[in-house]
Amino acid sequence: MSRRLIVAIVVLLVAAAVVVLLPFQLDGYHEGLAAKVAIFFIAVLGLNILTGYTGQISIGHGAFMAIGGYTTAVMSHYHHTNLLLTLPLAFVIAFGFGVIVGIPALRFSGVYLALATFALAVSVPQFALKFSKFLGGSNGIQTFTTPTHLWLYVVSWSCAGILFLVAWLVLRGRTGRAFRSIRDSEIAAAASGVTLPIYKTLAFGISAAFAGVAGSLFVLATNGFAQPNEFGVFLSLELLVGAAVAGLGSLWGVLIGAIFIALLPTVSADVPLIGSAHGQDVVFGLIVIGVMLVLPTGFAGLLHRLRSLPGIRTAEGED
Amino acid sequence: MQALHGVSLAVAEGEIATVLGANGAGKTTTLRAVSNTVRRDGVVRFDGRVLSRHGPEAVANLGIAHVPEGRGTFAELTVWENLRLGAYSRRGSVKSDFERVLTYFPWIDDRRNQQAGTLSGGEQQMLALARAFMQRPRLLLLDEPSLGLAPVLVTEIFRIIRELNEQEGLTVLVVEQNAHIALQVAQTAFVLEVGRVVLSGPSADLQAHESVRRSYLGY
Amino acid sequence: MEIARRIRIRERRTRNIGGGVSVPVVLFLVAAAIFLVVGSLVSPIFAQQTVAGLAQGAIFASLALSLVLIYRATEVINFAQGEMAMATTYFAYQLTLWHLSYWAAFFLTLLMAFVFGAVVQVALIRPVQHSVIAVVIITVGLFVLIDGLVTWKWGADLKFMPAPFGNQVYHVGSVAFSRQDLGTLLVTILSVLLLWVLFKFTKLGLAMRAAALRPASAALVGVRVNRMLAIGWGLAAVLGAVAGLMTEPTVFLQPTMMQAVLLYAFAAAVLGGLESPAGAVIGGLALGVFLNLIGQYVGFATSELRLPIAFAVLLVVLLVKPHGLFGRKQVRRV
Repeated sequence: MSRRLIVAIVVLLVAAAVVVLLPFQLDGYHEGLAAKVAIFFIAVLGLNILTGYTGQISIGHGAFMAIGGYTTAVMSHYHHTNLLLTLPLAFVIAFGFGVIVGIPALRFSGVYLALATFALAVSVPQFALKFSKFLGGSNGIQTFTTPTHLWLYVVSWSCAGILFLVAWLVLRGRTGRAFRSIRDSEIAAAASGVTLPIYKTLAFGISAAFAGVAGSLFVLATNGFAQPNEFGVFLSLELLVGAAVAGLGSLWGVLIGAIFIALLPTVSADVPLIGSAHGQDVVFGLIVIGVMLVLPTGFAGLLHRLRSLPGIRTAEGED
Repeated sequence: MQALHGVSLAVAEGEIATVLGANGAGKTTTLRAVSNTVRRDGVVRFDGRVLSRHGPEAVANLGIAHVPEGRGTFAELTVWENLRLGAYSRRGSVKSDFERVLTYFPWIDDRRNQQAGTLSGGEQQMLALARAFMQRPRLLLLDEPSLGLAPVLVTEIFRIIRELNEQEGLTVLVVEQNAHIALQVAQTAFVLEVGRVVLSGPSADLQAHESVRRSYLGY
Repeated sequence: MEIARRIRIRERRTRNIGGGVSVPVVLFLVAAAIFLVVGSLVSPIFAQQTVAGLAQGAIFASLALSLVLIYRATEVINFAQGEMAMATTYFAYQLTLWHLSYWAAFFLTLLMAFVFGAVVQVALIRPVQHSVIAVVIITVGLFVLIDGLVTWKWGADLKFMPAPFGNQVYHVGSVAFSRQDLGTLLVTILSVLLLWVLFKFTKLGLAMRAAALRPASAALVGVRVNRMLAIGWGLAAVLGAVAGLMTEPTVFLQPTMMQAVLLYAFAAAVLGGLESPAGAVIGGLALGVFLNLIGQYVGFATSELRLPIAFAVLLVVLLVKPHGLFGRKQVRRV
């Protein structure tokens, strides 16, 4: 077994142990926060698969989260569906939407794709407002039951673990290689037999599915309410920040990215000098700018640099 | 990645010097090192002064014009705008310079407003020379002017280069794959192999040199 | 082999179109213009909505132009453009609180906006300009930071500035035109014209274009590329300030005033083709008019759907012309 694999497994086991033991130390509020980290972990993971691995920029993943979230809320509200069951449902529905979006997205590239997905992020919440009778309008709709903090914690982290495994398996195999080759050069990828439309659309689908599950959990974490303004533009931008801080194209930084966007608003809310609401914004903005100035390649980039320091040299491989 | 491993060249004022070598020998990199397009160790002395390492803009303002590989033409701009850009760092009126350009390239007058990217290869090369000339440089660095041009155009381009050297007193350092014409036009020649100067001297000597004839002149 | 051939064919097809303007697009726009004129002559409501739409569109155009300026120079979308515009408008407000006349404040603000934009470029963008994603994230951070700072300094409640053009309404037949709308149109057209003159006829403008098109070649002729980029950001900020100052009379001063405008400006910029300033202007005006007329005549198109409709139009156009109305696939060369 290669040294890298051993290190990876050890890290994962330690992380798993922490996750399992943590709830015994935390109270409900902090359990909720920890669940939030898991939720963003899943969403950023999804975004990273699309943007980091196939190079298709999306500033619209908030829309996919909205779709997952509303699926859960609607199914629970109108059909009293078991909350746990809504998760795979959200996964599948969001996957479908991702594929539907991915097909026309094949026509766009680079910044045009980014703006097209941005258009999606802006428009989807507006539809919730338009169809207010069915979807609850600006007040949103609520699930039939709301879960406890502990339930949320367990389910979120379980999903995070499962989906991380799924992502890892997908990305280390043929699909992952195809994705990476698309990111590096679409022309070369096509020339070596990678059917671009299938893989690019698949990436959109998978990435949307992940965001959908995250959206469901997100709704459950906000008292079961699915509201349009929770899924606004800013959410999509937050996800992008999380992915950038994580470092695109690598799975290892995703946790750091998730922690960053999940906890920073809460931490910066307690800034003494400036009044709480605006203090949060100022601190968030400053820290985001600062992090990007210092670490433009994100946390994964930092890891990469550390790894290539003399003495810590291991075999170069793909993440 | 280090491409050059100790290159030492001297070009006398007013002469045409050429650097020969196979692909990958480091010819283009040599020119880029002089114009600060790439980072370099070592010293470049121009007119007795040591050139700073900071950026191509500084070098351009000191009177060195570099026509890079691919000509560096602003394809989206017009012929006239390309020439105006050549004169960017000049103070005062450039009307007389423009008129001088027309004496070397009379066809430019009719094509002022044509998009530079739609010119033929030979015309683009001439435009590049004209643009460099508008800088009124003391030293002209040319990177493979013959690239992609038919033989009759190559002869024409080098004729113009020689004219610019003789009439305007322009010192020229031209990097070339076409050793035949380069050795005919230049007074001094250097041969580069794998990032090192392996031969240097008056072109007449190099033309007669055994290995040069075999490797670069084909006989 | 097949792919190389396909690439070569694509290159040849894009090379001979001068300036990215194609005949079908021009014909379409001329037809649209004729439609607007005829409609305005026939129906006073149509005329009113058209003029109001043009004024709104002028604001979109101004901000869209900022976005295009920055994109052309640095290939980056500045998410903070709207907030920067908002902040400079608050600055103007502060100047009027300090008893400056509106127009004195206006021009002083433009000056300050220029400095602001240039400083942002030098301090925040230049250090990471090699990484597009890092720059984008920084603009996002800037968005939030500016929002927080402005709300902290001035509060989130509505503020009011003196009206630049007064509140008169002119009547031509049964059509009512507000002086504000006309003034907005005038100011925007003027700033666009000045910009055009700058780029087309001045040495600085040429250098900026050269630095944006081919930075390495520009450096070889002595253009200080970094300085041109800073100036570009400065000018973009000035255009943003104009947009902000022209928006204030309609929505008044609040921290969120430019957020919707930014979104419409994105749509307008992409509609016109991100690298085309003319496209940004025409895209903005067209979008403004289109949204107003749709809102007037199509019942389903209520105000919640304005934004999705704008983006739907955008997406449809992009499907037909992936690089916008006036865009063309630029091969970035060094």
